[in-house]
Amino acid sequence: MIPTPKLEFVPILPELFLCGVAIVGLLYEAVAPRSERLWHLALAMAGLIAAALATFPLWHWAGERTVMGQMVSVDRFSVVSRLLLLGIAATGLLLGTHYFSRSGDTYRGEFYPLVLFATAGMTLITAAADLILVFLALEILSLSLYVLTGITGRRTSNEAAMKYFLLGAFSSAFFLFGVAWAYGAAGTTRITAIANTLAGQTGNQGLALLAFVFLAIGFGFKVSAVPFHQWTPDVYQGAPTPVTAFMSAATKVAAFLALIRVLDVAFQPLTWDWTPVIWALAAASVIVGSVLAIAQSDIKRMLAYSSIAHAGFILTGLTSANQTGIRAAMFYLVSYALMTLGSFGVVMLVSARGEERTSLTSYAGLSKRSPLLAGLMTLFILSLAGIPPTVGFVAKVGVFTAAIRAGHTPLALIGVVSSVVAAFFYLRVIVLMYMQEPQGAFEEDRSLLPRVAIAIPAILTLALGVFPGLIVGILERASILRW
Amino acid sequence: MIDHLLTIVTFLPLAGAVVLLLWRGAPDNSARSAAMLTTVVTFIVSLSVLGKFERADAAFQMVERATWVKSIGLQYLVGVDGVSLWMVLLTTFLFPLSVLASWTVEKNVRLYMASMLVLETAVIGSFVALDLLLFFVFFEALLVPMYLIIGGWGGERRIYAAIKFFLYTMAGSAFLLVGILFLFSRSAGPVGHGTFDIQQLMSVAGSLPASTARWLFLAFFVAFAVKVPLFPLHTWLPEAHTEAPTAGSVLLAGVLLKVGAYGLIRFNLLLFPEASKYFAPAVSILAVIGIIYGAVVALIQTDIKRLVAYSSVSHLGFVVLGIFAFTNQGVTGGILQMVNHGLSTGALFLLVGMVYERTHTRDLGRMGGLAVVMPWLTGAFLFAVFSSVGLPGLNNFVGEFLVILGSFAVNRWFGALAAVAVVLAAIYLLWSYQRMAYGPIHEEHSGLPDVNLREVLVLAPVLSLLLVFGVFPKLLTDRIDPTAKAVVAHVSPDHLTDVGAGAVIQANGAAP
Repeated sequence: MIPTPKLEFVPILPELFLCGVAIVGLLYEAVAPRSERLWHLALAMAGLIAAALATFPLWHWAGERTVMGQMVSVDRFSVVSRLLLLGIAATGLLLGTHYFSRSGDTYRGEFYPLVLFATAGMTLITAAADLILVFLALEILSLSLYVLTGITGRRTSNEAAMKYFLLGAFSSAFFLFGVAWAYGAAGTTRITAIANTLAGQTGNQGLALLAFVFLAIGFGFKVSAVPFHQWTPDVYQGAPTPVTAFMSAATKVAAFLALIRVLDVAFQPLTWDWTPVIWALAAASVIVGSVLAIAQSDIKRMLAYSSIAHAGFILTGLTSANQTGIRAAMFYLVSYALMTLGSFGVVMLVSARGEERTSLTSYAGLSKRSPLLAGLMTLFILSLAGIPPTVGFVAKVGVFTAAIRAGHTPLALIGVVSSVVAAFFYLRVIVLMYMQEPQGAFEEDRSLLPRVAIAIPAILTLALGVFPGLIVGILERASILRW
Repeated sequence: MIDHLLTIVTFLPLAGAVVLLLWRGAPDNSARSAAMLTTVVTFIVSLSVLGKFERADAAFQMVERATWVKSIGLQYLVGVDGVSLWMVLLTTFLFPLSVLASWTVEKNVRLYMASMLVLETAVIGSFVALDLLLFFVFFEALLVPMYLIIGGWGGERRIYAAIKFFLYTMAGSAFLLVGILFLFSRSAGPVGHGTFDIQQLMSVAGSLPASTARWLFLAFFVAFAVKVPLFPLHTWLPEAHTEAPTAGSVLLAGVLLKVGAYGLIRFNLLLFPEASKYFAPAVSILAVIGIIYGAVVALIQTDIKRLVAYSSVSHLGFVVLGIFAFTNQGVTGGILQMVNHGLSTGALFLLVGMVYERTHTRDLGRMGGLAVVMPWLTGAFLFAVFSSVGLPGLNNFVGEFLVILGSFAVNRWFGALAAVAVVLAAIYLLWSYQRMAYGPIHEEHSGLPDVNLREVLVLAPVLSLLLVFGVFPKLLTDRIDPTAKAVVAHVSPDHLTDVGAGAVIQANGAAP
């Protein structure tokens, strides 16, 4: 008789809530003759809040470290990850609601359930304790995102969705291949069991390295690290702006957190072997991202390349395979999420109806037309550039410190020099907004909802820049991965 | 309250800036007055810092320490010594004058004044920070308001100048950041957290291998050399000075460049004394090249603002030469020169701005005979020129003399070449004055007004200080000397002599 694993549902209540509410949303969309945006929003928000409430008690979880047949880990790392992702999803929903209210013809109620499904995949991937579940969660979030990318039905949006899907499917295959090799190397797909096998020198180290390479390709694609970044600019540009905001912030956060678990737990015994790979990915990403962003004339593309560079900075922190590195990377992810949501939020408001005004020239003289938007954009841009006293500066200091402490001073040097290159194109936006005359008429978007959605990241960008201590303590405790 | 004097001086302007930023739809005149009020109050508070300062004490005074983020070693740590005290006062003194001089700015006044106030906080913060990362935060943060001031309110090529200024400085400070983080990571024991406290880092840096210390010296040096600016990293300066609005040039020359020189004294010399000695000949050669090069290029300028800008390159070379002589006279002279250059060149830029507002040209070839229509303005100009060329009895003389004396003791070629530049300075400055003030007047300039009351209020304080510090340099050196001695004792104890500095000052103080 096969022993059945004991089922404990409390640790996966957040995901259950998210999926349950998403299904209710889908039914509502199917049954109602004409769905109401605000009902959808209220329902989805309720789902997010329920998931968050279900997450909090897990901070003091006293039961098993892994549950559901050792598939899901219950630790503070996953608690913090979930809360961060839920916050990003909430902001994305607010931005999306406003986006659809402006151009009624492209409105689709499926947006809300899809965001919830994607979020469920993302929260699950950060808690996954088995490579199979990592893959499963990766597919849940990816499939939702492919559809979200093409949700408005515009030609560019569809094209982006198609591109994302094809390349994404390809990378998923690599990832699955990596899982297979890992099984071959260690005889198991459990993350902690892999670590134990490799540490005990009983597994096949060569196969394990091969497994790592394939898994790295899969993750590299999701976090858009060079050389797996080619899809990023096209998809970021083509997707509806609120989807871009959600996707770029949440996917990167989720994929990086899962990567941290794989690197620092499963492959922890092989640290010396994988560090050079991460080193090289980090260096390539910061250089390519920063340099190519200079040539962009569309703000969404520019931010896409900048997000590639940011992936490189986070990888820089991960080259130090210890708790300092994990904490630095987590702090960077928080700050990255804030800056990304904020800057894409401003992009959405500036681009007026649909996606008409995303070229850099439409930012000329923004400070005269809308001082508030220009001011917010400046704040986010300074944070992206890593200028104090914004959160981006503290985040950069964190990852560079981690890298230098681990002996990777050259990588830190590459990072800071690339930051200077990056400052050039960030400054260009400020030049346009403050030092040039406006072109054409511009009606300022005065609705409340998106302003709230942008004001929160803005306040946090500044507050965490001045008082990083507000979250450092929490991250410190969350960055301990026990196994 | 009184225990937090430095914090108040540092953040008072920022509070003013926040008020201005939140006050939407403020009338232009209210924005100007609010900025004026903030800067004047800041100056008054900073005077009480001067009052509390113990002149004979070389250690840091009025130290305030607070934990910021313990687990990553961040702390808020400020204090002043004989160097930073005068830098802070120079800053708080020049800002109200700059605000007053900016009364004629018409475009987006609220944002302009807010940028000025943010800049003041960042500059003062850089001078009082005793924690490396805190210093870096201020050092980097001051780029943004200055960038906005140059780019938003500057001349024709302002955007180019602003970006060049920003990127040059940021490129330099990139290496500084890596250097700081490297030191930090070395300060952390196997268990404990690291620290950015410079006094603790001094021992950490002292225990590093010589080659590592030298690399770190270079990382720090590049950042400050760009800011000073030292030849050949000076090319951003003429552009930025020329294109910036008047107040921007005044503050760039008056205080921002000093942040670089201050960084050399505070961080390079204190943290890496051995490496400083090792690189001193090379640095001194660059400084001498800068002195001569700046002076020669200034000679051939026809744009009056560019001319003053290049004279800054030359004068800041003196500062660095003095500091890297590691003699009492040299270091005291260098620090003195930092204050004096801030005042003299600040005055020159103010005057150039006033002339420009009237003639709408900076081209010396299109000026001439202005002494006829504006005798007071040109008279003030001549006074500032005399101060800048180092006429005995005015402020610059003492500093330059001490620097030449101090460097002569180390290498007579350096001293001799620097002395040549003093002659060149007399030539280019007096010649520019001649082309501007004398000769036939251009027709369109014949009806120009002389100084008005506001301009008198701007000029009177700074011009009188040129005289006061010329006659009583002891006012400054009393407080500088102990710190300078401590610096020399730290870097190069064998150069520690008490002869010279005091005697010279006595002589000069009595001379006029």
